[in-house]
Amino acid sequence: MTVVATTSSTTNKVLPHPLNAWYVAGWDHEVTRKPMSRRIANRPVALYRTEDGKAVALADACWHRLAPLSMGKTMEKDTIQCPYHGIVYNSAGRCVSMPAQETINPSATVPSFPVVERYRYVWIWMGDPTLADPDLVPDMHQMTSDEWAGDGLTIHAACNFQLVLDNLMDLTHEEFVHSSTIGQEELSESDFVTVREGNKVTVTRWMHNIDAPPFWLKNMRDKFPGFEGKVDRWQIINFEAPSTISIDVGVAKAGTGAPEGDRSQGVNGFVMNTITPETDRSSHYFWAFMRNYALDSQLITTQLRDGVHGVFGEDEEMLMAQQAAIDANPDYEFYNLNIDSGGMWVRRILESMLAAEGRLAASA
Amino acid sequence: MAATNIETWQSATVEQVVPVADGIARIVLEPSLPLKAEPGSHVDLMVEIDGEPVKRSYSVVESNHDGTRLVISVMKAPLSRGGSTFMHGLVPGQRLEITQPLQNFPLRVGARRYILLAGGIGITAIANMAAVLKRLKADYTLVYVGRSRSAMAYLAELSELHGERLEVHVDDEGSSLSVPALVGRADADTELYMCGPIRLMDAVRRTWVECELDLPNLRYETFGNSGWYDPEEFIVRVPKFDLEVTVPQGRSMLEALEDAGAEMMFDCRKGECGLCEVRITELSGAIDHRDVFYSERQQRLGTKMNCCVSRAVTSPTGSRSDAGAGPAVITIEPN
Repeated sequence: MTVVATTSSTTNKVLPHPLNAWYVAGWDHEVTRKPMSRRIANRPVALYRTEDGKAVALADACWHRLAPLSMGKTMEKDTIQCPYHGIVYNSAGRCVSMPAQETINPSATVPSFPVVERYRYVWIWMGDPTLADPDLVPDMHQMTSDEWAGDGLTIHAACNFQLVLDNLMDLTHEEFVHSSTIGQEELSESDFVTVREGNKVTVTRWMHNIDAPPFWLKNMRDKFPGFEGKVDRWQIINFEAPSTISIDVGVAKAGTGAPEGDRSQGVNGFVMNTITPETDRSSHYFWAFMRNYALDSQLITTQLRDGVHGVFGEDEEMLMAQQAAIDANPDYEFYNLNIDSGGMWVRRILESMLAAEGRLAASA
Repeated sequence: MAATNIETWQSATVEQVVPVADGIARIVLEPSLPLKAEPGSHVDLMVEIDGEPVKRSYSVVESNHDGTRLVISVMKAPLSRGGSTFMHGLVPGQRLEITQPLQNFPLRVGARRYILLAGGIGITAIANMAAVLKRLKADYTLVYVGRSRSAMAYLAELSELHGERLEVHVDDEGSSLSVPALVGRADADTELYMCGPIRLMDAVRRTWVECELDLPNLRYETFGNSGWYDPEEFIVRVPKFDLEVTVPQGRSMLEALEDAGAEMMFDCRKGECGLCEVRITELSGAIDHRDVFYSERQQRLGTKMNCCVSRAVTSPTGSRSDAGAGPAVITIEPN
């Protein structure tokens, strides 16, 4: 089934993905001299590193008979050899050797996708390569900053990428999906502010003078041993098109000025999320939790990574069930709530990107 | 450059036909299923020759951002069978069957330096690449070679767009291109894209190899329609099929054999893949190899040829001065 979005008065349940954008192809450590295959934006891609360590992304199908190059091996310099008939390509996707003949067919090329390594990820551009400007890589600077420490994992989410974005743009679901860790009723009771600027959307929510939920109480005690008492809690969700969401989260001792900018009496984290469409019905969800305290503690890095991994497992289950319900009820529409304003701006931005690519169908 | 080459046929309306150089017409088409044409792409279209539909390929010279307007340019070939004559006779409003743009000659974005080389009508494959490199602010030189200015399409437009990045060589003005000098300007970070007569491309290819430059950085497209010698009529004999066929000037050996009912193996029909290879058992005359499948060593052996593009000529050396009287005769064993 192909996802088609339309300009319509109803809300598109799921969206196709813009192609003229950077998506994460993988963690930097995943891409090695041993080629790997990953489906990105519906297309299988072979990822590997050259002898010089440069990341390369080629279409994972040999020009000749479409055998997966990822099953082949990397050769000298920047080349990779097809495992089937030994045809060798360079990092530009050009054939450099056809073992069974003295010349090379000038048409023998496989698509090569622009890649950029940044923020511990290998980013890939699946659309028009003439538009692939590295300055357009979404900001995830906390991933490589000296002032932040942390780690993350990848979730293979069996749902359209838009559903993950919806999930992250409205965190009132924490009260219900994550009740044992970060959920609390003040989330849905507190007010929030949504701001859209160009291809960015920010949703800010403050909860004043509340009890810290278990996850945050633990973090406060890592920094302030024996901490007891009320906190001010914040969640500032920063979306950057097409699918990167970094969430500034934390708590500080209540009334110590965190809402006004003094976070010294608190703990601060950034939940870094970037979603790569795999197919119209599945996504690679790359996330990390970065913190700005106890930077040297690998123990805390591991505890936080594992803790968040557990929390996100609850989201994964919900998202999979939601996608299944969408597919099983094709004649039912989506309705929107006031809390969806962030997610709705995301949809609006993605729809305008799709329209610019000529990929937004007119309403039926 | 995720290029897919699925042939999607559609109708297109001729919007404009104007001369842009001696014997060259600029044809603007409005396709019914528009798709943006990437640099280096071409369309296949059906021309009518003697009332029969025949497929021809033309490079897309320019396209607007959504592909609703495609421009091709066609040179009226004196020895053609009538395809280019048909194209020159098109009138606005006429409809053609054409494919969506197809890609065999992709431009790679991100090379440090580019040399684009166009010979004559080869400019049609190169012009769009040059426009994209200009937009990307890439380091490129556009080298345009022709016999005379009046036969060179788009000179004024290219000069205006590319300014000093355009380098023009005109034979009848005595400013012919020096291939060694051109290739000498390339280094390991240079990609050279060319389209033009096979003599020019062979010379560049040979020099490129002599200079020990990486062959994958030399990009070219061939439509298999030019050789070292003018096409002559010749006779091909195929004992296996008990056939003797005359190959006229404007017809390939493969086509002539097909016309005579021989079931031949082939694929690209432009001298790249080698599938139409036939073994030569007897020859009076010489072979004008027009393919890029064989190495020079293999071409010199003269034991095989790609019958989709290569031809027989009367001269035993291929030179005009010792051209024979009768047509060349070649005996082959097909695959």
